Amino acid sequence: METFLAALMLSAGYNTAVVSIGAGFLGAAAGAVGAFVLLRKRSLVSDAVGHATLPGLAAAFIVMALVFGDGRILPGLLAGAAISAALGLFAVDWITHNTRLHEDAAIGAVLSVFFGFGIVLLTVIQSLDTGRQAGIAGYLLGSTAGMLRSEAETIAVAAFAVALAVFILRRPFTLVAFDPEYAAVRGVNVRRTDLLLMAILLAVTVIGLKVAGLVLIVALTIIPPVAARFWTDRAPHMVMIAAVLGAASGFVGTSLSASAANLPTGAVIVLAAFALFVVSLLVSPVRGVVAGGLERMRLSRKVHERQGLLSLARGEPIYDGLTLRVLRRAGHIRADGVATLQGRAAAAAAQREEALWSLYRREHPQSAAVSPALELNPIAEVLPPETVAALDRALPRVTATAGQPS
Amino acid sequence: MHPAELVAIDGRTLKRGDAGSPLSITGLTVTYSGKPVVFSVDVTVPAGSMMAIVGPNGAGKSTLIRAALGIVPRLSGDVTAFGEPVGKVRDRIAYVPQRASVDWDFPATVLDVVVMGLYRRIGLLRFAGRRHRATAMACLERVGMAGFAGRQIGQLSGGQQQRVFLARALAQDAQLYVMDEPFAGVDAATERAIIEVLRTLQAEGKTIVAVHHDLATVPVYFDHVLLMNVRAVADGPVATTFTPEHLQATYGGRLAPAQLDDIAAALAGRRTAAAS
Repeated sequence: METFLAALMLSAGYNTAVVSIGAGFLGAAAGAVGAFVLLRKRSLVSDAVGHATLPGLAAAFIVMALVFGDGRILPGLLAGAAISAALGLFAVDWITHNTRLHEDAAIGAVLSVFFGFGIVLLTVIQSLDTGRQAGIAGYLLGSTAGMLRSEAETIAVAAFAVALAVFILRRPFTLVAFDPEYAAVRGVNVRRTDLLLMAILLAVTVIGLKVAGLVLIVALTIIPPVAARFWTDRAPHMVMIAAVLGAASGFVGTSLSASAANLPTGAVIVLAAFALFVVSLLVSPVRGVVAGGLERMRLSRKVHERQGLLSLARGEPIYDGLTLRVLRRAGHIRADGVATLQGRAAAAAAQREEALWSLYRREHPQSAAVSPALELNPIAEVLPPETVAALDRALPRVTATAGQPS
Repeated sequence: MHPAELVAIDGRTLKRGDAGSPLSITGLTVTYSGKPVVFSVDVTVPAGSMMAIVGPNGAGKSTLIRAALGIVPRLSGDVTAFGEPVGKVRDRIAYVPQRASVDWDFPATVLDVVVMGLYRRIGLLRFAGRRHRATAMACLERVGMAGFAGRQIGQLSGGQQQRVFLARALAQDAQLYVMDEPFAGVDAATERAIIEVLRTLQAEGKTIVAVHHDLATVPVYFDHVLLMNVRAVADGPVATTFTPEHLQATYGGRLAPAQLDDIAAALAGRRTAAAS
C-alpha cells in the first residue's frame, strides 16, 4: 500500500514516475480515439488490431534474434507489430467489402487466426537458442517492470502526437460517425476518414503494447469511452472525458502495478478503468443508474399527480395511497382529502392539458410525440408552438371551461 | 462541353445533360448484387422547380438520388449539377437524408446537428464560433425549432427530427435541395411547416427534389414529378405527367381504382385553380 501511494505521488523513484506519466498519456490518447471508434460502432475492431500484432511482434523478434543476436529491440518489435496489425485491419476491411460476411464475423476470423499464428511463432521463439526470451512474454499482458526511461518517453511523445491527430480530425470523425451518407454528400471521403481513424487506433495499440499488453489494450480504447458516455450527451465532451478517464486508468494502473512484483500492468490498468466505469454507471447525473432510479421515482410521482388531479377534476374519489400522499404533499388536497383552491385550479389545468393531448392524439396518430412518457409533460414543452396554438384553437370551448370550479 | 445531339433510330433526340439544370441525370443504372434497382433513368430537373420522385416500394427512388449524389456507386450513367460534376458543386447541393438513417442516440444536441451543416465553412482546426451558432439558430427558427436548440437529439419526436435535418440543410445555404422522404412519419403540423419552408425556398429561386410516397399530396405540393419503377415511366410538369395512365404504368395493378379517381379529381382541381 505504501509503495502504491508512493508511486501515485510520483515519489517511488524517477523511473516509475516517468513510466506512470507515459502510461497516462497513452490512456488519454487511447480514450480519445476510442471514443470516436465507439461512436462509429466499430469498437470490436480494436480487439482484432490488438491480437493481430502478435505474429508481427514474434516474427520481428525471431528476425532480430537471428540477425543481431538480441530480439528485444523496441523499435523493431513495434514496427513488426504495426505491420501485422495493418495486415489484420486490411483483412477485416477486405472481407467486409468483398464478401457477404459482416464485420463481426470478419473480426472473429482475423483475430483468432492472427493470434493463433502468433502463438505458434512464440513456441518457435522458445525453441530458439537465444537467451533473453523473457522480454517477449511481457507484451501479452503488459509489463512496465524494467522499462527504460527512453522507452517511456517515446510512448509519451507518440501518445501526444496521436492525441493531436485526433483533435485535428475531430470534425470529420464526428460527421462520419453520426451520418456517413450526409458526410459523403458534403465531400468528406468516408472511406479515407475511416482508414485514418483505424490508422490512429493502430498507432495507439502499437505504442501501448509494452504497457497494456496486446490482449488487454482493447480495454483502454473501449472502457473509458463507454464510461464517458454516461457523463455527457455531447460528442466533444465525451471525447475529452474519455481521454481524462483513460489517462487516470493508465496512470493509476501503472503506479499500482509497480508497487507489487509480477503484477501485469495491463490487467491492473483494465481493473482501474473498470472501477471508473462502475462509478460512472452508478453516479453519473446524466445517464447513471442512480439518476435513472430517481428519474423513475419522479415519473411515478408525476403519473400519480396527474391521475389524482384528473380524478379531482371529475369529482371521483381517490383511494390510491401514493396518489393521496403526492396530492397532499403538493398542497392540492387537505388532510381530509378535500381539494384546496390551488388543487382545483391545478385539476382544471391538468384536464385542459389532457384534452389538448387527446386532440393531438386524434389528429396526428402517426406522430412520434404521441407517447405516454411525453404526454406527462406540459404540451407546450414537447410540441412546436404553432402545433399547440392550432390545438388550442381547435379545442372546443366546452372542455376549456368544464374543469373550472363553479 | 456537350457533343452533337444523339438521335435515336426513331428520330427522338436523346437527352444529354442540360447544361444549366440544377440536376441532370442521364442513363443512370445502379445494381445491388447483380440485380438492377435503377435502370437507365434519364431525368432533368428544371431550375426553380419542385419535383417529386414517385413510385412503389422498391422502385429505386431513394437509390436514384443516393447514386446521383455519389453515396452509392453507380454502374453507368452521367450526373451533372449546374452543368458540372457533382463533386465540384457540393456546396450548392443540400441533402436531407431519411430520418431513420442515423442513430438518434448519438451524443449531440439539436444545435450541434445544425452546426454540422456549416462543416465546410468552419474548417478543420477552428471551433464553431458565435457567428456559426447564430446562423444555426436562425435556421432552427425557420423550422420552428428554436426552443429545442439545447435538447439531446434522442428526445425529439419524429417530426422534430425531420425539422432538425431540414435546418441542417438550410444552414448550408444551397441552391438545390435533395430530400429523401421528408414527410415520412411526421405529424401534420410538421408537414405543413416543412412545405412552408420549401415554398419559401422555391420563391427564392431554389430547386427542390424530394422522394415522396403520398400520391394524394403530389399535385398539392409539387409542380414537377418523376414517376419511376426501376425504369423512369414519365417525368415533367405535374399537370401533364401525373395522369392515371402514367400512374397505372408505374404501379401496375397495385393502385385501387378509387385512388386513381381521387388523383384525377385532385388534378382537375389543380387545373381549375391554375385557370382562375
